[in-house]
Amino acid sequence: MPEKLHIKLTVNGKAEEFLAEPRELLIHTLRERLRITGPHIGCDSSHCGACTVTLNGKSVKSCTMFVGQANGAEITTIEGLGTPDALHVLQESFREHHGLQCGFCTPGMITRAAKLLEENPSPSEEEVRFGMAGNICRCTGYQNIVKSILAAAAEMNASKEAAE
Amino acid sequence: MKDDVELTREDRVANLKGMGCARKRVEDARFTQGKGNYIDDINLPGMLHGDFVRSPYAHAKVVSINTEAAMALDGVIAVLTAKDLEPLSLHWMPTLAGDKQMVLADGKVLFQGQEVAFVVATDRYIAADAVELVEVEYEDLPVITDPFEALKSDIVLREDLAGQTSGAHGPRKHHNHIFTWEVGDEEATNQVMDEAEVVAEETMYYHRTHPCPLETCGSVASMDKVNGKLTVYGTFQAPHVVRTVASLLSGIEEHNIRVISPDIGGGFGNKVGVYPGYVCSIVASIVTGVPVKWVEDRMENLMSTAFARDYWMKGRISATKDGKITGLHCHVTADHGAFDACADPTKFPAGFMSVCTGSYDIPVAYLGVDGVYTNKAPGGVSYRCSFRVTEAVYFIERMIEVLAIELNMDAAELRRINFIGKDQFPYQSALGWEYDSGDYHTAWDKALKAVDYEGLRREQAERVTAFKQGETRSLMGIGLAFFTEIVGAGPVKNCDILGMGMFDSCEIRIHPTGSAIARLGTISQGQGHATTFAQILASEIGIPADSITIEEGDTDTAPYGLGTYGSRSTPVAGAATAMAGRKIRAKAQMIAAYLLEVHDDDVEFDVDRFVVKGAPERFKTMAEVAYAAYNQAIPGIEPGLEAVSYYDPPNMTYPFGAYVCVMDIDVDTGVPTIRRFYALDDCGTRINPMVIEGQIHGGLTEALAVALGQEIAYDDMGNVKTGTLMDFFLPTAWEVPNYETDHTVTPSPHHPIGAKGVGESPHVGGVPCFSNAVMDAFRAFGLRHSNMPHDHWRIWQTAQDLGLHK
Repeated sequence: MPEKLHIKLTVNGKAEEFLAEPRELLIHTLRERLRITGPHIGCDSSHCGACTVTLNGKSVKSCTMFVGQANGAEITTIEGLGTPDALHVLQESFREHHGLQCGFCTPGMITRAAKLLEENPSPSEEEVRFGMAGNICRCTGYQNIVKSILAAAAEMNASKEAAE
Repeated sequence: MKDDVELTREDRVANLKGMGCARKRVEDARFTQGKGNYIDDINLPGMLHGDFVRSPYAHAKVVSINTEAAMALDGVIAVLTAKDLEPLSLHWMPTLAGDKQMVLADGKVLFQGQEVAFVVATDRYIAADAVELVEVEYEDLPVITDPFEALKSDIVLREDLAGQTSGAHGPRKHHNHIFTWEVGDEEATNQVMDEAEVVAEETMYYHRTHPCPLETCGSVASMDKVNGKLTVYGTFQAPHVVRTVASLLSGIEEHNIRVISPDIGGGFGNKVGVYPGYVCSIVASIVTGVPVKWVEDRMENLMSTAFARDYWMKGRISATKDGKITGLHCHVTADHGAFDACADPTKFPAGFMSVCTGSYDIPVAYLGVDGVYTNKAPGGVSYRCSFRVTEAVYFIERMIEVLAIELNMDAAELRRINFIGKDQFPYQSALGWEYDSGDYHTAWDKALKAVDYEGLRREQAERVTAFKQGETRSLMGIGLAFFTEIVGAGPVKNCDILGMGMFDSCEIRIHPTGSAIARLGTISQGQGHATTFAQILASEIGIPADSITIEEGDTDTAPYGLGTYGSRSTPVAGAATAMAGRKIRAKAQMIAAYLLEVHDDDVEFDVDRFVVKGAPERFKTMAEVAYAAYNQAIPGIEPGLEAVSYYDPPNMTYPFGAYVCVMDIDVDTGVPTIRRFYALDDCGTRINPMVIEGQIHGGLTEALAVALGQEIAYDDMGNVKTGTLMDFFLPTAWEVPNYETDHTVTPSPHHPIGAKGVGESPHVGGVPCFSNAVMDAFRAFGLRHSNMPHDHWRIWQTAQDLGLHK
C-alpha cells in the first residue's frame, strides 16, 4: 500500500486535515470521510455533473479528481451555498420555477449555476444552456432549470442595482 | 376560526392549495439544500460494502472460481458465489415474468456483465481491489445476440430449461423460445387484408435502450440478529412487493422484514425489478450480522439492470382507397435477453402491447408476440411508459405514416378520418380494451391550428423545391403523433404481479388540531407525490395542503400497495386518497351535525367546513370537527378521525395527446435541429399544472433521447458497446429545445376525481413524434421507413441511401 498523503482542505469554510490514500477520489472524501452528501455520484466518468463542486473558484467534477490533486484547495458544495434561514437565490429560484423533480442532479446543478452566474452575471438563454451542458438532468428536460437560472440572474442583478 | 368568517369563499378555496393549483413543491427544500436522503447517503454503524465480480463474456462456461487471494486481502470479510447461495436456495431467484434468473453464475454465464461473485469488504476501495483478485476461469461458448438466429440455432442458451416444452406463458416452440402470446382474431384479420383495397406493410426495430435514472440502483440490508428483524433500504419503485418477495425467498416472516425506499433519484422503470445486488446484500447481511451496502456504478447499471424495448415489429395495415382503416396485423419478435425478467402484469407477457390499435377505430386486429432468449442482459422494463405502451404507440404511429405514404395522403388527415369518435366512448377496441373517455378530434384540431399545420406543409414544400434547385442543403420534417396511453394498472381481476393484485392504498389520520398525515402504498421518484396527493386531500377534506404530511415507502408504516410505475400512482393511489378522504368527510359530517345540533342530512360540506343547509352562518370547520372527534364524547360515534382505503380500479385510464414537432435537418451532416415542439396532453382532471408541465418537459426529453440517439448496442460477441455516458446518449441542456405545452380536459368517468395520470404520456407520444419528424423530412425523396435511433450518422446514412449527397 503506498504511503498516505497528508491532506489539508477548506470545505464550506471549515478546515479539514487528514491522511488519505493517493487514490481516494474527492467525491468519496466529501461524501464518506466528511459526510457531506449533497454532491452525488451519477456516472463515475465526469459526464453527468451530479458531483459538481466549486474548487478554488472553478466548477469541478469531484468524481474524477483525486483528493491529492485537491490538496490545499478551498471547496464549496451545495451545503456551503446557503443556509435554511438564508437560502441562495438559486435555491429559491429552482423551487419557484420547478427546476427540479427527483432532486438527484440538483445540488450539482445549483452549484454549477452559482459559478456560472459569477462568471457571467447576465447570461442569455443560449449561454445558460451552453454553460450548464456539463450537468445532466433526467427529469426536467432543462426548460425549467434554464428558467430558474435566468430568473435568479435577474433577481441577483436587481438586488445588486438596488444596493448600489 | 373567527377570522375565517371574514374570508370570502374564494379565499378559503385558495387557502387550501387544493386540486388545480400550481402549488410549489414541499420536497424541494431538502433537495435544493443537499439534504436529500438517497440510497448511497445511508450509512449505518459497522456497514460493509459489497461489489460484484462480473462476467466479461456474453456466453461461457464457468470452469472454476478461486477466491483465495481475494479472501486473503486485509478488510475482505466474505466472497459469495453460487455455491454459497445454493444451500439457501438463493443461487437462483424468480423473475417478475414467471421465469427464474441466476443470482450468481451457476455453472455458466449468459450475458456480459452477469453477476459471478459478490465481495464484501470494510470499504468500497477494498471491495473493488478484491473483485480484481477473484480468479474466474471461463470456457467461452458461441454467442447469440440476434433473436431470429436464436430461434434457428442448435445452441441451447438456457440449459436449465432443456426439455421444458412449456413455460410460464404456455408452450415453447424451440429451446431458445420463451412464449407465444396472441390477442385478437388472426383469421378475420387476414381475411380483411386479403380483401382490402390497400395494404401497407412495414418491419421496424424498436431498439434496445435503458431508463438510466441519474441515480443507479442500490440497497442497504441490515439483519438485526438479536431481534430477528431484517431492514432493507433500497431503490425500490415497489417496496411492499419487495417485502413480500423477500419474505417468500428468505423464509423470514413478513412482519420481521421492513423495507424502506428512501428518496429515489429517478426510476423510469429501472427500479421496478428485483436484482441480484439486492439479494446478495441481504444474504451478506444475514451471514455477517452487520449492514451491507451495494450500489452499482453506471456501467453496471447500463449493462445489467433493466433494459427496455428491443422489439422487432412486423405490421400490416389495410384500408379503403380513401383511407378508412379496415384492419391491423402485428407480429413482434421480442428479445428478452438471457432471463425473462420483464416487469409486466402476470397475464400480459408483452405488457399492454395490445393497445397497438392506438387512437383509431379499427374493426379487426391481431397481435402475436414471440419472446426469445439471447445472450443479452435481462430486463424488459417499461421505460417511462405503461407496460410496453411506447412500443405499441410507436408501432401504430409508424404504420399510419406508412399507410399515408401508400395512399399518397396527408398523415394528419388520415389520422383524423380514423379517430375513435367522441360519442363512441366507452370504446371497445378490437384487441379487448375498453377506452374510458376521449375527444380526439377536438385535441387534434386544436394542435394543428396552434402550429398552423397547413402553413408548415406549404413551407416544407417550398423547402423541397429549393433543395432540388440547389438553393439549400437543409430539409424540413413535420413530425405528427397522436397517442392513447393505457395506464393505472389495474383492475385486480386481470392485473397482478407475482400473484399480488394491483390495487393501491391510502391511510389518513387527522390530528386533533386539524392537520393530518396520509400514507400511501406508492413511492415518489421525483413525481412530487408529497405535494400533489396533499392537494387531492385538501380538496376532499378541507384541510390546507400545507397542513398535510404525505409519507410513502416505509412498509412498517404505509399501507400495502403495488408501487409507482406505469403512471399508476394518480389513477390508483390517487383514487384511494380521494376515497379515504371521503370516508373522513362522512364521519366528520356526523360529528359536525352533532355539534350543530341538526340532523346529519341537514349539513353539507363546503370547502373547509360543514354548513347547516340554508343557514351558512351556522358551521363547523374541519379543524373544529377534528378537535371534537378526539376530545368530546359524542354518542354513537367512536373517538378519532382516521380512514383507510384500498382501491381496486374498475378499469384503466386512457390519457391521450396530440404532438407536433418541426425539425430542420442538415442533409450533409445529419444533424437535426428541433425548431418547434408542441405538446397537447389530456390527462383528465389536472391536479397541479406546474407538476404536469414539468413531467411533460421531462418525458419529451427522454423521448428525444430514445428517438435521436440513445441505445444499448451490442457487438456480435455480445459486448456492450454503450456502457458509459460517453456512448449512451443523455441529452444536455444544449441539445434540448423549449417545448410548448397545451391541454384539453376529458375526465375519466370511473376515477373518483377524473384524473388519468400523465408522467409517461410525453415519452409515449414523443418517441414517434420526433421519429416521424426525421422520416417526414425525407418523404418527398422516397423514404418510407428507417429505424431509430436517428443519430447524426444514421440520418446522414438515410440521406446517402436516398442519393441526396453530391
